[in-house]
Amino acid sequence: MKGTFFINGRKEEWSFAPDAVLLDVLRENGRTEVHRGCGEGACGSCAVVLDGTLVNSCQVFAASAQEKEILTVAGLGSIHSPHPLQAAFVETGAVQCGFCTPAMILAAYCLLKKTPNPTDDEIRRALDGNSCRCTGYVKIIEAVRLAARRMSSHD
Amino acid sequence: MDETTAVVGSPVPRTDGLAKACGSAQFLDDLNIDGCWIGGTVRAQVPRGKLREIRLDPSFDWGRVVLVTARDLPGINAVSMIRDDYPALADLLISFPTQAVALVAAPDQETLGEALAAVSLDVEELPPILTVEDSIACTQVIWGENNIMDEYSIASGNAAEAFETADLIVEGTYRTKHQEHVYLETQGMAALPGEDGSLEVIGSMQCPYYVHSALVKALGFPPEKVRVRQTVTGGAFGGKEDYPSILGLHAALLALKSGRPVKMVYDRKEDLLCTTKRHPSVIRHRTGVKKDGTLTAAEIDIVLDGGAFTTMSKVVLSRSILHATGCYFIPHVSVRARAVATNTPPNGAYRGFGVPQSNFAIERHMDRIAEALGMDPLDLRKKNLLKNGSSFPYGQVLDEGMSAELVLDKVVEMSGYREKRRLFDEENRKNPFFRKGIGLSLGLHGGGFTGSGEETISGSASVRVTGGGKVEVLVSSVEMGQGASTVLPMIAAETLGLDLESVVHHVPDTSVVPNSGPTVASRTTMYVGKTVQDACISLVEQMAEKAAELEEFAGKRFSFDKGAFTAGGNDRIPFFDMAKRLASFPGILSATVQYRPIPGFSWDEASYTGDAYKAYAWIADVVEVEVDMDTFEIMPRKAYISAEMGKAISPVLAEGQIEGGSLQAFGYAYLEDVGMKNGSYTAAHLNQYLIPTTLDTPDFSVDLQEVPFSWGPYGAKGLGELPMDSGAPALVAAVGHAAGVFPEEIPVAGEYLHSLLRGKKQERKAGEK
Repeated sequence: MKGTFFINGRKEEWSFAPDAVLLDVLRENGRTEVHRGCGEGACGSCAVVLDGTLVNSCQVFAASAQEKEILTVAGLGSIHSPHPLQAAFVETGAVQCGFCTPAMILAAYCLLKKTPNPTDDEIRRALDGNSCRCTGYVKIIEAVRLAARRMSSHD
Repeated sequence: MDETTAVVGSPVPRTDGLAKACGSAQFLDDLNIDGCWIGGTVRAQVPRGKLREIRLDPSFDWGRVVLVTARDLPGINAVSMIRDDYPALADLLISFPTQAVALVAAPDQETLGEALAAVSLDVEELPPILTVEDSIACTQVIWGENNIMDEYSIASGNAAEAFETADLIVEGTYRTKHQEHVYLETQGMAALPGEDGSLEVIGSMQCPYYVHSALVKALGFPPEKVRVRQTVTGGAFGGKEDYPSILGLHAALLALKSGRPVKMVYDRKEDLLCTTKRHPSVIRHRTGVKKDGTLTAAEIDIVLDGGAFTTMSKVVLSRSILHATGCYFIPHVSVRARAVATNTPPNGAYRGFGVPQSNFAIERHMDRIAEALGMDPLDLRKKNLLKNGSSFPYGQVLDEGMSAELVLDKVVEMSGYREKRRLFDEENRKNPFFRKGIGLSLGLHGGGFTGSGEETISGSASVRVTGGGKVEVLVSSVEMGQGASTVLPMIAAETLGLDLESVVHHVPDTSVVPNSGPTVASRTTMYVGKTVQDACISLVEQMAEKAAELEEFAGKRFSFDKGAFTAGGNDRIPFFDMAKRLASFPGILSATVQYRPIPGFSWDEASYTGDAYKAYAWIADVVEVEVDMDTFEIMPRKAYISAEMGKAISPVLAEGQIEGGSLQAFGYAYLEDVGMKNGSYTAAHLNQYLIPTTLDTPDFSVDLQEVPFSWGPYGAKGLGELPMDSGAPALVAAVGHAAGVFPEEIPVAGEYLHSLLRGKKQERKAGEK
């Protein structure tokens, strides 16, 4: 079947199988910044923002994401113009192997949208669905704090 | 080292950070490979048996796919690692349930699934060996003559005699289970046959030259016809030391038979069920002590479960025995260590490499001795610490960098250990249903390969100036998240007096980079970094010498300092300006240097004595937990860690290693369990094999102590594995303190904690009667 998706603000027409999950459809169409960590909704590596809500794209049928806004980490910023969260992740050392990073940043983005000045406890709860095996989360939490500070002072 | 550094020690951001944070870094499965087929694996399903026949369902059109069995192997049927005992594909014998028997490549996932389902195996099952106890008892011989893959012993003094003069003898047996790496990017390799009969193998790996060597042997290819290139690697932790040789070979076999590129990327289930794990261990300690807590004698027996084939067991065992007495001086020691075979998936490299097991045992045993003597565990430890000048059981004496006391004192101060231990005891009496505990542990880790391993591999590093005005660092050490692609350029930039932006880490590619050895053993910063530094020095020396031949500088003698060549007077030529002037001289703008053995160290492999490592890194952990005594839920709350690993080239990355490694150690202690049933792991999903999330993570306080190692690059020692060694016993001690029990196994999961408490209750009842 064919459908329309709004990926990072761009309208895309993609064909896909009726039972295809969003993760596969995104990756088949070049959105490889969305990573497959487990394919079972357990690790959070494939998370994207779907109409403002963080979802594990391996657990969402592509068919149900038609006509919706999908944000991946590439839509947030680029190497030449990084989002404050992307910059903060790099500066604090929150990036190691980088596999969980895109989804982790999106989870933090969703948190800061709703809660611009989160407590550590709120950060932990917001990122609980995103596994990282490298960092021990210490610098990830620090990065979210730093980005929150910078983003709210810009507002 | 008192000179100040500009790049080393500074908070520069990692070189690969933005590409990863913005999603432009491409992992293997993100690459678009033209005409690529995908590969899958048919596995044995039984722990042990004779393979009678591989049956192909005739109703499937086998022309649509390519099938490979052991018969298709052009070279030896082995994935060459330490030994050649691990068959690439099972031939006559099946030795573990997830052993690969056949491979299939297909144009798409659906066809691949159909083909895999159309293969069946006719196997005559044989009685398996599933435990180390049965393996040692030799109820079946499944490996060699007696199931013992490797055995080492170490002795110092006269332990047997020394036990007679001890005031007390304390015994204990400690067990650890498998641990899975859970790198977030699963294993993946692709093979691309070239039109000229060459082969390129790419993928997620730690050791390009290991993969290269395994391919050359099993394919019977000349070395120059095989090229191995690393792709961006999403975590490894040792799990991509040995396994990529297997997967790379599998992909290569399919690619060569099909004549097209073939990619094999495991899904999480296959990765959990089939790839290597940390070796389970059973370690028995028997220790003689004086009433004042002085350790006098120790007998230690280490057994590691190697699984069905050797992989890295021999060297994991070696590291395990060499770290058996931990951070303590014991004058009379006798240690025996064996790695034994079982019909379970082969265990392999995992961060720490045998030390987390032996350190868990010695640290728990120190707690047990303290309990037996009625001493605080801290006082007992302080009394027996290794110091500058004290000897290890294998005879090594170091006069610098023995920092056990430094990190222990620091962590005790940071954590307020003594007050909290008293305070928690009081609070637990008031609230017996929700208890607090605090525990501590120490650890050490020898950096680099054991004994004369570094001299044997004698790795090389190159640096070269590119036309584009950059310096490239060419080594086979990979970036896998730990920061090699930042730290090695930092060392080069410092040595050349350049900005970090001017130096890049070349992608490890065996057709371009020299063999600087594998990315393992906490050796990259300490040894490869040193060789990179030497290569930079060679580069500027040869540039300075050649400059004198230039007409404009005729006869001048140049020296190099802070990024520029100077020859007295006003001649100050910045590095890249000089490089431009010398560009026409072949070979002048690149230098390759081989590891220069550090003088004053010697090791005797036959007697297993001497200088096992050139430097050790040290760590002390204090962990606080809360335990819900109704649900047996364990909640790590605080972790205080002090680590001494020489100069931190990048303090931010060093802290990241300490924090991430410690959380892996905490997961190992109470959460992570692969489960075992008939030789197979039962945890097939990440909701069964649990790793810590943000909510399981304690608040960390990390302290870096930097005691420069005189031979390390800018004073650096190895540090990547260190935090994995000591976190678990501290957490377990804290759980024991909270619950009033003495756990001697990990993971300390709810069921085990419950059984300990029940045992204690029964003991109390028996006492009352």
